[in-house]
Amino acid sequence: MKKLSARRRHPLAAVVVLLLALAATGGLYAAFAPAGKAQADETSQSLTIKEGQKLYEVGCASCHGTGGQGSSDGPSLVGVGAAAVDFQVGTGRMPASSSQMAQIPAKKPIYTQAQIDQLAAYVASLGAGPNVPTKEQYSKEGADIAKGGELFRTNCAQCHNFTGKGGALTKGKYAPSLEDVAPKHIYEAMQTGPQNMPSFPDTTMTEKNKKDIIAYLNAVNSSETENPGGLELGGLGPVSEGLFAWIFGLGALIAVAVWVAARTAKAKKS
Amino acid sequence: MSTEANEAPRSRGKAPAGERVADWADGRLGIYSLAKANMRKVFPDHWSFMLGEVCLYSFLIIILTGVYLTLFFHPSMNEVEYHGSYVPLQGQLMSEAFNSTLHISFDVRGGLLIRQIHHWAALIFLAGMFVHMMRVFFTGAFRKPREVNWLFGFLLFVLGMFTGFTGYSLPDDLLSGTGVRFTEGAILSMPIVGTYISFFLFGGQFPGHDFVARFYSIHILLLPGIMLGLVVAHLILVFYHKHTQFAGPGKKETNVVGMPLLPVYMAKAGGFFFLVFGVIAVIAAITQINPIWAMGPYRPDQVSTGAQPDWYMGFAEGLVRYMPGWEVNFWGHTLVLGVFIPLVLFGVVLMAIAVYPFIESWVTGDKREHHILDRPRNAPTRTAFGVAWVTVYMIGLVGGGNDLWATHFHLSINQVTWFVRIFFFAGPVIAFIATKRICLGLQRRDKEKVLHGRETGIIKRLPHGEFIEVHEPLSQEQLHTLTAHHQYEPAEIGPTVDENGVERKVKPTERLRVKLSNAYYGKDNQIPKPTVDEYKEITSGHGHH
Repeated sequence: MKKLSARRRHPLAAVVVLLLALAATGGLYAAFAPAGKAQADETSQSLTIKEGQKLYEVGCASCHGTGGQGSSDGPSLVGVGAAAVDFQVGTGRMPASSSQMAQIPAKKPIYTQAQIDQLAAYVASLGAGPNVPTKEQYSKEGADIAKGGELFRTNCAQCHNFTGKGGALTKGKYAPSLEDVAPKHIYEAMQTGPQNMPSFPDTTMTEKNKKDIIAYLNAVNSSETENPGGLELGGLGPVSEGLFAWIFGLGALIAVAVWVAARTAKAKKS
Repeated sequence: MSTEANEAPRSRGKAPAGERVADWADGRLGIYSLAKANMRKVFPDHWSFMLGEVCLYSFLIIILTGVYLTLFFHPSMNEVEYHGSYVPLQGQLMSEAFNSTLHISFDVRGGLLIRQIHHWAALIFLAGMFVHMMRVFFTGAFRKPREVNWLFGFLLFVLGMFTGFTGYSLPDDLLSGTGVRFTEGAILSMPIVGTYISFFLFGGQFPGHDFVARFYSIHILLLPGIMLGLVVAHLILVFYHKHTQFAGPGKKETNVVGMPLLPVYMAKAGGFFFLVFGVIAVIAAITQINPIWAMGPYRPDQVSTGAQPDWYMGFAEGLVRYMPGWEVNFWGHTLVLGVFIPLVLFGVVLMAIAVYPFIESWVTGDKREHHILDRPRNAPTRTAFGVAWVTVYMIGLVGGGNDLWATHFHLSINQVTWFVRIFFFAGPVIAFIATKRICLGLQRRDKEKVLHGRETGIIKRLPHGEFIEVHEPLSQEQLHTLTAHHQYEPAEIGPTVDENGVERKVKPTERLRVKLSNAYYGKDNQIPKPTVDEYKEITSGHGHH
């Protein structure tokens, strides 16, 4: 300490202090500066893709090919984009148990959202495609529900029914019910057109329109929906109503008739 | 002493008010003799005789609730923008008809409940008429003298279908609009007249601006007016013919065994009306029907999957759904067989059940009146025909809902359609044969019971070790009930050569009649009921069972 103190008047002391100060500032900057993050992200991005590739090779490659080029059992994934992966894997449709079914059903997803993101990053790296939408894109904030209803009836109801209860397609295929499907997945389905569904890219159906449709579905076909008339009987229209009228309506009335007929005034026996 | 004093002036003075009112009315309306004749009218007791009452009461409920709905409904197709209380339709363009139906559903006090009672009652009315008609059919209650009343009932059912259809179309929602479009297609498929009828009905191109107003007049005035008249005629004939009854001790073709209209049936029927109203009101209060707000306003460029009509038009929908889409081009005109053939079949299927009573009476040649009902098993061919008809009808309903069968039972809609196509032909044949076998089996069982008594389930061991089941002879009442029915003899062509050796020409209709008669009543088509001799021989003590 004495040595240091003795040299504090050295002509180069100021230079040394300056250097030390610069080094400290620079070090702190290097440790906390956003510039450093960019570099770190790139490595983590490539790490994500690597992880995704590993998952891909185990879970997907047997049908979609080792490089996503597709095979007789599954289509090419080049250019389908992250949105398609997020939809297919996030709704449990992928991985499919067989490609021989009329249609691959939704089931409980087997990957975590983190793993799905890794898979999506890998598939997106194979070729450019639609990205996973942001929360802002599919939230019902600022959406026009009535406009969404009109768009839904024009574009979607042919297969999915008036309020998205689902419907039959040819040869065992079907348009699934949209009840309580996550808004993100509805958005991605419109964007990518999974299985038999046509795709509605932003050029034919704008972001705003998609948002409207999602808000409409949330209003008429979710656990938040209110049915002012009571039990909705599946929302399937006259078939379930007719069945109900026969079984519970006429059934109850016949039961009442049997009851009334059995309760007769007995003639007095003399 | 005091009572005498009180009564004496009354008999000389004015009669009590009630009596005076009754006297006044009787002097002008003649109700005394009318009431005297009808108050003691006897009705037999059976739950299935009350099905017609279900129809009558639901019809009254429909009229009552319908009147309330007309107070708020605007039968107009003028376009308006929606600004009511249902958020998901705010600002949408729609017809005034749709707008006012939304208004009834959300903003009129009790409007939605009344709408739902109206619609549920309509479905139950039609279902009730169907079951009532089947009761009349399977018990042979349509036989002389009731053929005309059968036709009245049939007409009520058909008019009910069309009244229901026009009412279902009034709100101008996307579902019913699709149904009206379907109807337009069916009308257009008629050769030559189709386009003219369509233009006349819609006042030009579909949908035009007229159809809601026109359907409104038809729905609230024309058809219900005719139906009301038919209901009255139907009831007058029921009164005039007196009610039928099942065979039983003391019940004859010339009497009716039951309870008098007043007070027993008045109380029962009055109470039953409120029970029917109550059941329908409870259903309407807890169960949603035809949520037009969820379907949205009709626009010809929109359509939804699962677009079906109410159940009573379902079999017509089915006929079109499973008919192959055939089309013929004929001298520059298109004949859409894929729609026209179902349209014809629709009429044929309905007419088949309507004319059946006349066919049966022609085959039997029976000119007597029948007031004792048949048990379905004792008329195997009729019962089999009825079940075959119901099968065709039900197959149509399955076909009309083919998409829902596919989605809810995880089937292919193509497979469902093919199943329906095959069973449209095979179903009635199988149903006919199976029903006839079952009926004959039941007839054999009845014969067995009459001759050998009821199986008691008690096993008795005889001294020499044989086990027998103890049969308990039936009571006289039961024996009568099981053997009261009349059995026809199959018709024969008779001698083709008369006593002078002149050959008689046998008409083809006569041959057909004899053939049918044998199919109805020939050997193996009915089990001869036990004769008195058979019964006596078996019960006279020879043998023990």
